[in-house]
This record gives sequence, C-alpha cells and structure tokens, in this order.
Amino acid sequence: MSYLVRRLEFFFITLWATLTMNFILPRIMPGNPAQAMLVRYHGRVSPQTVHAIEVAFGLNPGGSIFQQYLEYLRNTVTGNFGTSVTFFPVPVGDVVKQSLPWTLGLVGMATVIAFIIGTVIGMLAAWRRGGVFDAILPPVFIVISAFPYFWLALLFLLAFALTLGWFPLGFAYDLTDTINFSWSFIGQVIWHGFLPALTIVITSIGGWILTMRNTMITTLAEDYVKMARAKGLSPLRIMFMYAGRNAILPNLTGFAMSLGFVISGAILVEIVFNYPGLGFTLLQAVHSEDYALMQTLFLMITLAVLIAVLAADVVTAILDPRTREQG
Amino acid sequence: MIATATKPLLEVKDLCVDYLTDHGAVRAVDRVSLEVRKGEFLGIVGESGCGKSTLLYAIARLLTPPAEIASGDIWFDGHDLVSMTDSELRHFRWKQYSVVMQSAMNALNPVMSIGEQLRDAFEAHQHFTGRQITTRSEELMRIVGIDAVHLRSYPHQLSGGMRQRAMIAMALAFTPDLVIMDEPTSALDVVAQRSLMLKIKQLQREFGFATIFVTHDMSLVSHFSDRLAVMYVGQIVEIGDTRRLFAEPKHPYTVGLMRSFPSITGELQPLAGIAGSPPDLARPPSGCRFHPRCPHVMPRCRTEEPEFYAREDDLVRCFLFDA
Amino acid sequence: MAIRVVTDQAAVQVPIVTGRRGALGAVTRGLTRNRKALAGLGIFGFFVLLAIFAPLIAPYDPHALQFDQMLQPSPAHLLGTTGTGQDIFSQLVFSTRESLFIALGAGLGATVISVIVGVSAAYMGGLWDHVLNLFTDVFLVLPTLPLMIIVGTYLNNRGLVVLIGVIVVTGWSYGARQLRSQALSLRNREFLEASRVRGERSAYIILFEVLPNMTSLIVAIFFGAALYAVLAAAGLQFIGLGDPNSLSWGTMLYWAQANGALLAGSPVWVLAPGICIAALGAAFALINYAFDEIGNPALRPVRRARAGRISMSHK
Repeated sequence: MSYLVRRLEFFFITLWATLTMNFILPRIMPGNPAQAMLVRYHGRVSPQTVHAIEVAFGLNPGGSIFQQYLEYLRNTVTGNFGTSVTFFPVPVGDVVKQSLPWTLGLVGMATVIAFIIGTVIGMLAAWRRGGVFDAILPPVFIVISAFPYFWLALLFLLAFALTLGWFPLGFAYDLTDTINFSWSFIGQVIWHGFLPALTIVITSIGGWILTMRNTMITTLAEDYVKMARAKGLSPLRIMFMYAGRNAILPNLTGFAMSLGFVISGAILVEIVFNYPGLGFTLLQAVHSEDYALMQTLFLMITLAVLIAVLAADVVTAILDPRTREQG
Repeated sequence: MIATATKPLLEVKDLCVDYLTDHGAVRAVDRVSLEVRKGEFLGIVGESGCGKSTLLYAIARLLTPPAEIASGDIWFDGHDLVSMTDSELRHFRWKQYSVVMQSAMNALNPVMSIGEQLRDAFEAHQHFTGRQITTRSEELMRIVGIDAVHLRSYPHQLSGGMRQRAMIAMALAFTPDLVIMDEPTSALDVVAQRSLMLKIKQLQREFGFATIFVTHDMSLVSHFSDRLAVMYVGQIVEIGDTRRLFAEPKHPYTVGLMRSFPSITGELQPLAGIAGSPPDLARPPSGCRFHPRCPHVMPRCRTEEPEFYAREDDLVRCFLFDA
Repeated sequence: MAIRVVTDQAAVQVPIVTGRRGALGAVTRGLTRNRKALAGLGIFGFFVLLAIFAPLIAPYDPHALQFDQMLQPSPAHLLGTTGTGQDIFSQLVFSTRESLFIALGAGLGATVISVIVGVSAAYMGGLWDHVLNLFTDVFLVLPTLPLMIIVGTYLNNRGLVVLIGVIVVTGWSYGARQLRSQALSLRNREFLEASRVRGERSAYIILFEVLPNMTSLIVAIFFGAALYAVLAAAGLQFIGLGDPNSLSWGTMLYWAQANGALLAGSPVWVLAPGICIAALGAAFALINYAFDEIGNPALRPVRRARAGRISMSHK
C-alpha cells in the first residue's frame, strides 16, 4: 500500500507546486504582470472587480507576501478564482465549469480510445513478427506521431470539412441550438466531435503502438513466456496473460507520464476546431490578458492530468502484485 | 548407435541447430546424437557457450528465432518431434515431457500466483474440476516440500530455493516421462543445491521419469547421473556411464576436465588446466575441434573430423580410439 | 505534439566503451548502419542545406511585399503568395533557418540540463537525489503547452530567446529521468570501481568514464528534445506566442490561419510550412527511434519466417 501512498504524496506535491507556480510566476516576471494589471484596471472597472482580481492573485495590498500566499491558497481551495475579464462579469469558476466537460469528453475519451487500441495493435504487432507488416509499421507510425497535432487538425478540416463537407467546421454543437439531452443534440455532439477526436487518436496512437510493441518484444523473450510455451498453453493465453499483462505495466506508467504532452496537443486541436473546451478558452484568455482565467485553466488542466496519473497508478497496483509489497 | 534391449524413450539423431545472424548461420549444435532410456538420468556437461542449453531447448522444441533446427531427428516415444507443428506439439508438451529452467525468478510469471500458474498447466490440456486442480496442486507442493499455503503466493514472495522447487512441482504436474532441466541449481547456494539435487533424485526414483540435466558443474552432476555426455564447441565428444567416465576419461578434453577438479582426498596434485581457450562457435577449427588444444594431437586430427568410436558402452569422438 | 511515452527502463543498453573518441565512433557506426537513422539524417541534411543556401534557392526576398496578394501557385510563385503579397516559397526556404535554429538550440539546451540534473541526481544520491527526482517528475507531469503559454504571456516578450528558453524549461525533464536511470546502473559497474580504487576524483570519473558511456543515450535524448522543440515551437508560434514578424514555419502558419487561408482557398499556405515541420519532426523521430533499435537488436525488422511458424527439418 505504501506504493499508493507514495503516489498520493506525489499528487499533492505537484498540485501544491502548480498553485505556488501560479502565485509566484506573475510576481517574478519582469514587469510584474500582477501589479501591472492592477494598475491598468484601477479606476476603469468597479471596485468589486478590482477586488476579484486581487482575490485571484492574492494581491491583498495590505498584507505581506506570505499573507497574500495564504489567502491565495485559501481562495483557491474554496473555489474562489476571481472574475473573468474575457467573459466579464462571469466568475472564473463558472467559465471553467462550462469548458471542463467538453475537454473531458473529447480529450478524455479520445486519449483512452487511442491508448486501448494502440496497446492492442502494439501487442499484435509484436506477436506476429516478420513480413511486410513488421517492417512497415514502425516507420509509418514514427512519422505520423511526429506530425504537429494542429497541422493534422488543419488537414482534416481542409479535407473532410471544407472540401468534402462531411463534417462541420468547428465548435461542439450547432450554435443555433441550446444545450439539452435530446438525441438530436447528442448526435450533433458526436458529429462535431468526430474530427477533433480523430485527430487526437491518430496523432497519439503511434506512440502507444510503438512502445507497446517494443515492450512486448522484450517481454516475449523472457523465460516465463518460454515456460508458458513449454507448458503447452494456447497462444492467445500466452499473448494476453503472460506477455501482454507484463508488457503493459511500464506502458501504463508511461501513459500517465505522457499525459502532459497529450493534453498539450489536444489543446491545439481544440483551438483549430474552435472546440469550447479548456484549451480554446485558454487561448481566449491569453488574447484578452485574462490572467485570472489563465491561471485557473492551467490549474484545472494540471489537475486533470494528475488525476489521470493517479488512476493509472491504481490500475498498475491492481495488475502488478509486486507494487503492493514495495515501499 | 548402440542397439539396446528396450527401445529408448528419446532418440536424437544428427541434430544440427543454427543461429541465423546478419553474417550468416552459426552452427551452435553440430550433429549431436544421443539416447535416453526410461527412468535414466543423463547429464550433459560443458563450458559456457558449448551449446548445451541450445541443445536442450532444441530437444524441447522451444527454440525461437534466430535459432532454428537445421537438420536431424528427434524421436520421442516413437514420434517425430521435428516435423510436428506447434498445435500438434501442444499435446505432448508438459504431459509427456516438461522443462525446468535455470532461474525460477525469470521462469515464473511475476503477476500470477503459483497456484494460478499450476492451474494454467492443467487447464491447457484437459478439463478438470476446480477441486481436482486444488487437490492435485496441493499434492504437488507437498511432494517437493513446500507448504500448500504458498499456492496463493507470488513468485517474488518466495525464496530462491522454494521457487526452484515450485518449478519442479509444476514440471511434475502430469508426471511426465521426461523432465528436461537446464541448470536448475546454478542460481542457488551450495547447500540449497545439494538439497535440491537430492530431492530431484528422490522424485525420480519415486515417479520413474527420465531426466536430461544440463550443467557446467561436473562434480555436482556426477553424483546423481547414470550417464554423462560431455560437450565441446557444439559437439558431443564423449558419452557414457558416469562412473566409468570419471574413473577412466577417454577423450583428451574430458581428461583435461577431470584433472581440473582435484579430489579433496588422495595425493596432492598440481592444478592443471587445458591449454588455450575455446574457439569461436562461428569459426570452429578444421578437423577435430579440439585439436589446437590437444596434447595428443596427430596430423589427421587437423584435417579429418572424427566420428564416434565405441569402447564398451561408451562413445568417444576421438581418433585415438579408432581401432 | 508527438507522444513520447516515458518508461522506467533505460532506453539504451550500452556496451562499455573506453574513451570519448570510441564512444562517438560507436554511435556513428551504429547510425550509419540503420535504415531509419539514415532516412532521418538524410531529411535533416536536406533542411540544413536548404538553410545554408537559402539566398541561392529562394527566388525572392521573403520580406518583399511587392506581389499581388493571395495568388495561387504558379511558375512565378511556386507556392503562391501570402495575404500581404509575399512569396510563400521564399518565405518557406528562409524560415528553415530560424526553425532549425530553434530546434537545435532548444534541443541542446534541454539536453544539457537533462544531463546535469540526471547525472548529478544519480551521483549525489540520498536526499539530493530524492529532491531532484521529485523536481523532475513534477516537471514531467505538468502539461507543457499551458505552462509555456502562461510563461510566454507573462513575459510579454516574444523574442527568440524567450521562445527557446520556455521550450528548454519544459522539455528537459523527459531526458533527465532516463539519464539518471542509466547513470545509476553504470555507477555500480566494475570499471567505475576500478577508477575509484585508482583514486580518481568523482568529477574525473563522471566526465571521462561515465559520460562517454552514456554518449549513445545523450545523443538519442538530444534528438528527442529537438523533436519536442520543433513541435512545441510550431505550436506556440501558431497560436501567436512567437514573434509575429519572425521568419519561421510556425509563424507562417499563424499568419495563414489569421488570414483564413483555408477558407479563402489558399490551402498551400497552410500545407507547405506544415509539411516542413512534420518532415523535420519525422527526421528527428526516426533518428531517435533508431537508437532504440541499435540498443536492442530484437526490435529490428525480422528477416526470417514469422515467430509463430516452426522450422521444418531439411533432409
């Protein structure tokens, strides 16, 4: 169990680091953006807004920096993130709450699908060596996985949405409609989400395929696989229970660690497709210099990654009895 | 080959195994022939890299690329193992012959418990009820001297000696006719080694299976084997009754080996080694492979390859015995 | 951005090499024998040549605004013109310089930091190791693009140095982990014991015995970092966080998107820089992967019959 305790420790430490970074960065950057913003808005917006901004940054003019830090932490934990400049006067928390489900849905599902399919393909690719497939698969996927996410998104947009007209040009649903749970709405969501999801899946799947294939090839050379063959077990059982289950373990950890990269790419995809998730909102925040919103989005994105990492750790602990002993 | 009264359990004839590398095929096992009778304990000894493990896995049909059987026959109980496909072989595996590997830490699946791995072996061949499997598993553990509670343990939770015993328990699941062992004691300390060997010998007497036991430790195997085969650079150079081989080694290589193991009792002898070093398998010497290091080398040794020559029940691959 | 799945295994198994020259020689030999590496190096070489000979290859001054806007590709303008009347082909060729510079510069920077952090963590051990490790893991998990966006926005300076700096700060952690893992395994090997027994100081040991043996991994990490840099730079420039006046593939994409190139019927403006980014990225990815194959021969394409088939005896 100490394995999971260690992972939880890591979870909280990283979370704390993110919060602290959010606090420190604006203060140490040349020009002190936090103060600059305050000066800029002073006299131009209502005192409540000024206060909201102060809250977001912990810029209580009265206290020492340490006091500001504590207040900032307290505000964050209670969900008080200040007011958004981009979507004035909506509180930042609400803006985030609106974008979060879109990102979780699109990016979350696309990543999980890519991981599962990629892992299975990688496993099969390692099992059946030799021949054309074995020689072609690695280079093809190496090249594909080097494509910039957003460029592939643009390509798909060009090909399938603009030229062929099979899919809409962007956003998550038809803007003339309102959010509801009818079948037609759900259909829209799927239709709008298809191209962005496809982009994410295609660019990320190469990584999973290749690493699973490589781990699997190494695992297949292990003595216990030879032993399994010696026992006369069926090839399917060997592939899944002996090779696959051992090969996937380092991949799960790798999956967790790579999520930071995946989310980054997915953000770019959101931007290209104007998909109203965290990434797209982040871009809008950048353009309006909405620091409060930017920070909170960064926090949310990091939190999402950390939770996924923790989930992967839990799955690893379930699959690998050795982690349950280790410290 | 010497005709025996009963048909041998295992007959290997002129087996050749190649490793296919980027620079061509390297012959790791060259025209090896041997027989194993029912209940017999055959030891195979040789230096590292002489091809004994390759030979073992070739016999068990467990080779993986780049190694492959280039030519030769393996007859097990009258069946031709070499020409069988994987699915045909699966009927034989574990039920007729099983394998014990060198390091149980590597040979046991780290994410499955011992009991689960035993169950796999059973279920792969026949449909047993859960109760039958449990009973049999517990019995097997008892036979090798492990508490049955460890059926639920994972390999990393057992000690080295226990893991090896667990492997042997698995190997005996169907009480096969032949158990192939690849240096099963090498990973253990001396005390555990002896204890394991005694256990293996006892089980062999009790259940009557034949054993092929590969090792580099001559003194260890000599106490337990009926017959011994000595390998050098991919070939068997001498094969015969263990006692006789030890008392009167014939092949110059075997003689050299014996002299490297001075006895604790008896006169003091100066330590002797074998001059030179083993050649590269990819470029074996011409003629007799041992000739560069042989103290009795003759001119024909450099050009001709010796066959097996018989002396009583033993075979020697050396021109000195070409009577 | 490409996925680089991080595993705990030291990606490259290195045989012991003595001396620095031996190490680099081994790396070069290994690379030249590997087809993927050759392909990657070829593409990379092509771009290097393009960058060096840009003035000779590009027909026009990339900044020149004298042409008609949004022209389609024609013999006069191979890739058409931009929304402000610049020749796209010339822009593309000249942009190679800055894009290459960013990739190699940021890649080098990130690699240097990785080596310093990774190797010192392995050698200092104890609390220092624990702290550095935690530091590395935290940076590894943090989503890089949002972090880069935030830092880039705060800095409000869109220059090249900032861009490279931001990429380096977010990109070093991936390599540090692998380097530490390999440094740890090397630390316990006998030849280092021999050095210690000879009385060599730690710094000497690290510089002259350990690092040469890690050359292969370091070079592999460099290409991985360069790959990350290419894609990260492109991403940042695309959303407008680079210098909009600079000549870079990513910036070209930014302007293409800002001018609605796709909708306005000038897809070449979008496709061309994208292909270059993808190609350079692919080159680095291929070379990087080649190191995996060199270190672990089992990964190379298998020539013979499939593993599932049994070889028949020949009579």
